[in-house]
Amino acid sequence: MSTRRRFLQASAAALAFGALGREASVAFAAAPDGSPYRNLLVLVELKGGNDGLNTLVPIDDPGYARLRPKLAIGRDSAVRLTDRAALHPSLAPLVPLWERRQLAILQGVGYPDPNLSHFRSIEIWETASRSDQVLADGWLARAFGKRPVPASFAADGVVIGGNDLGPLAGGGTRAIALANPEQFLRRAKLAAPTGERRNAALAHILKTEGDIVQAAAHLDGNYAFATTFPTSPFGNAVKTAARVVANESGVAVVHLSLGSFDTHANQAPTQTRLLGDLAQGLVALEAALREIGRWDRTLVVTYAEFGRRPKENQSGGTDHGTASVHFALGGRVAGGLYGATPSLDRVGDGNLAHAIDFRQVYATVLDGWWAGDSRAVLGARYETLPILKA
Amino acid sequence: MTRLSSTLAIPLLAAAALAHAGPPIGDDGARHLLARTGFGPTAAEVARFAPLDRETAVARVLAPPRSLPVTTPPAVLTDDAPIGAPPEGATNEERRAYIREQVRLGLEMRGWWMREMLATESPLAERMTLFWHNHFVSSQQKVRSAKLMYRQNATLRRYALGDFGALLHAASKDAAMLLYLDGVRNRRGAPNENFAREVMELFTLGEGHYTEGDVKEAARAFSGWGLERGTGTFVFRRPLHDTGEKTVLGRTGRFDGDAVLDILLERPETAETIVAKLWREFVSPDPVEADVRRIAADFRRAGYRIPVALSKLLNSDAFWSQDNRGVLVKSPVELVVGALRSLEVAPDDATPFALAAAGMGQNLFSPPNVKGWRGGDAWIDSSTLLARKQFVESISRYEESRTMRAMGAAPALPASRALLAPQPPIGGEADEDARARQLRIARALDRAFRDLAFSATRYVASMPGDTPSAKRRSAQAVLLPIAPAGSGAAIPADADALTFVRLTMLDPVFQLK
Repeated sequence: MSTRRRFLQASAAALAFGALGREASVAFAAAPDGSPYRNLLVLVELKGGNDGLNTLVPIDDPGYARLRPKLAIGRDSAVRLTDRAALHPSLAPLVPLWERRQLAILQGVGYPDPNLSHFRSIEIWETASRSDQVLADGWLARAFGKRPVPASFAADGVVIGGNDLGPLAGGGTRAIALANPEQFLRRAKLAAPTGERRNAALAHILKTEGDIVQAAAHLDGNYAFATTFPTSPFGNAVKTAARVVANESGVAVVHLSLGSFDTHANQAPTQTRLLGDLAQGLVALEAALREIGRWDRTLVVTYAEFGRRPKENQSGGTDHGTASVHFALGGRVAGGLYGATPSLDRVGDGNLAHAIDFRQVYATVLDGWWAGDSRAVLGARYETLPILKA
Repeated sequence: MTRLSSTLAIPLLAAAALAHAGPPIGDDGARHLLARTGFGPTAAEVARFAPLDRETAVARVLAPPRSLPVTTPPAVLTDDAPIGAPPEGATNEERRAYIREQVRLGLEMRGWWMREMLATESPLAERMTLFWHNHFVSSQQKVRSAKLMYRQNATLRRYALGDFGALLHAASKDAAMLLYLDGVRNRRGAPNENFAREVMELFTLGEGHYTEGDVKEAARAFSGWGLERGTGTFVFRRPLHDTGEKTVLGRTGRFDGDAVLDILLERPETAETIVAKLWREFVSPDPVEADVRRIAADFRRAGYRIPVALSKLLNSDAFWSQDNRGVLVKSPVELVVGALRSLEVAPDDATPFALAAAGMGQNLFSPPNVKGWRGGDAWIDSSTLLARKQFVESISRYEESRTMRAMGAAPALPASRALLAPQPPIGGEADEDARARQLRIARALDRAFRDLAFSATRYVASMPGDTPSAKRRSAQAVLLPIAPAGSGAAIPADADALTFVRLTMLDPVFQLK
């Protein structure tokens, strides 16, 4: 599609939804280098494994009530999206996005021969490996190794709120872990990239010092948003993310995390709180990125190591499961339900089969969002999902 | 060799050195050997080793195989009382209480090991214990019981410089290992392959030297290994053991687990896996294949005696080559322990320093997964590098705070006081707890730094050398593995001692060994 058509579409969207006319113009003015990585990917990790069945609820399925005698979401409180599916009430803030068709809900995302260990399964997701294969580098690190992010960017990726680089780990990725932006900027003064690269280890250290200096120079984090951010920790992380994105120099990926969703016991209050934080955070992110004209160039995708067991346990919780529900949202997302509604009639004590391989989501990012070559990164061809508007 | 004359070497060692007639390793060589086989050496240790020749110096590093802890571990980890795991059918409240208690004990245990590494008289024994912790990996994240993690540590320490075959057998039957790799779930008719796979892939042969069939057959041989409930003692449960015939690596018989381990020990690949890993730990990031194979053959012939492999590696030309100086990245634990030992300061409470290492990516007793810490360059990313730099910066910030304290500031609380309320890094907690925890750790560390009585002025003054600039050269030679590359390279002569130490330790070369 031509830039002009996209521009018109974006303008129309901006007008239709009452955003400032500034949005579209800034969005496209901000891509002078034409890098595909001007299309921002925001990953949101739902740490611990979110319960998909109580996220997108098969509200009228008799199997649901049978598997969830205590934990079932009531028909009165669930937010109905279609004749069969409803959202957890905490996710109500996402409804406007759904109605605007910018929220894709991916049902049954998982992989064959699932592993139920947190550590191993998140490693599988982050490295995009097969279940029986151990890969060293994160899938984004491999992607950036094949096709580098422009050196002018502040960083390839920024990980907010943790030390774990996850899918950005390994390779020569310029990943900045930003647990606390103020602390990072304060500490960054200790970095100095100068020196003779006398051996590989020293070269690696000096490169990292350079990454820090480069990021610190471009991440001033002072953009004053009109958007109000939630005061939750996730809201704070979203605010940091928005400030990172507001910098002109660009980053390809922002990684956020929220948790813990590892609700083995007394799940309801924890999940209610966390999904509320998620929904409010995502809505604030949308508002902030609209404010700076970046929403049409942003794709937000959630992920987690696994979902949870359909049958609730004796502790008012759920144990480790397999396939789960995930979200993709953004200005150019084609909203709707994807994948397959889980069939609960024969699940018993077992787990759900997956309908979407998580590597299909990655392939969609790599091929569709970044116009790259997913096969080179993922080692095989995975069918992309039609969740992006051209 | 100005220092030779001023040092009284032990006559016996001097005689030995003469007998071998090798040239002395000198200050540089001594520093290299001690940093690679221990933690940061002190100037006095360097001076003691400098007159020795290679072979004598290596023998001396290997000589005190004193691997008993010099500090006393918390009694609650060493007593014979039951491990206290909640019984089947325990309530969630009971389970949570158990986990809380284990988290608390785990923190104490981390502090203890850190204290031991700071105090030990045989740093190589601790380095090797840490090496095996990163080889026979278990994590408290899964094992939960601090006591079982402690017992595993004691086992690894007992065999750290002993014989690898015995270590493999002991580590395989270790309670933490049986829990971590699901050995306890492996029973006749319902095999769990987790341990069987990892023992071949990671502990012995290495990938590509066994088949899926070998894994399945070996898993049957390991069936029936279990733990006595309550005590965590190893038991062989005969009824759960698959007594049938198995074929592993081309050998067929009614093997049990021990028999399979012996088959693995017979393979040359096992010795090669270990020697290559030791090479990456002690020599360089790139093992030389022919040398590895030769040393591995000697290692196997010597009944897998670990000092034999170490001695060959440490006496190799590759180890002493100038090209291999300062080419390895210090692990966080090496950085923390090494900095404190080199600067000759000892904290009253080592726990905050264990947490500092955790903040740099090495949480003792909790390696990230069964492959252990990746190590090498992977220790360094933007976040961990800044944490490392912040750490060394904080040590050398002390002199200022002490001055402030002398001027009437409130006395510092014991560092561990700030850690009494925490949910330490064992995972599963919500993000807000993590943030609060980070803050508590930062405060505790801050106090710990203040409690260290480090004075840069005194430190530099204590260095060998007749002039202030000679003393500074000595200090850099002790603190850095190779000449400084950055901030330490051009420190103005009129910089004060504090600035000098700070700029030296902030040099990127300080991250290396």
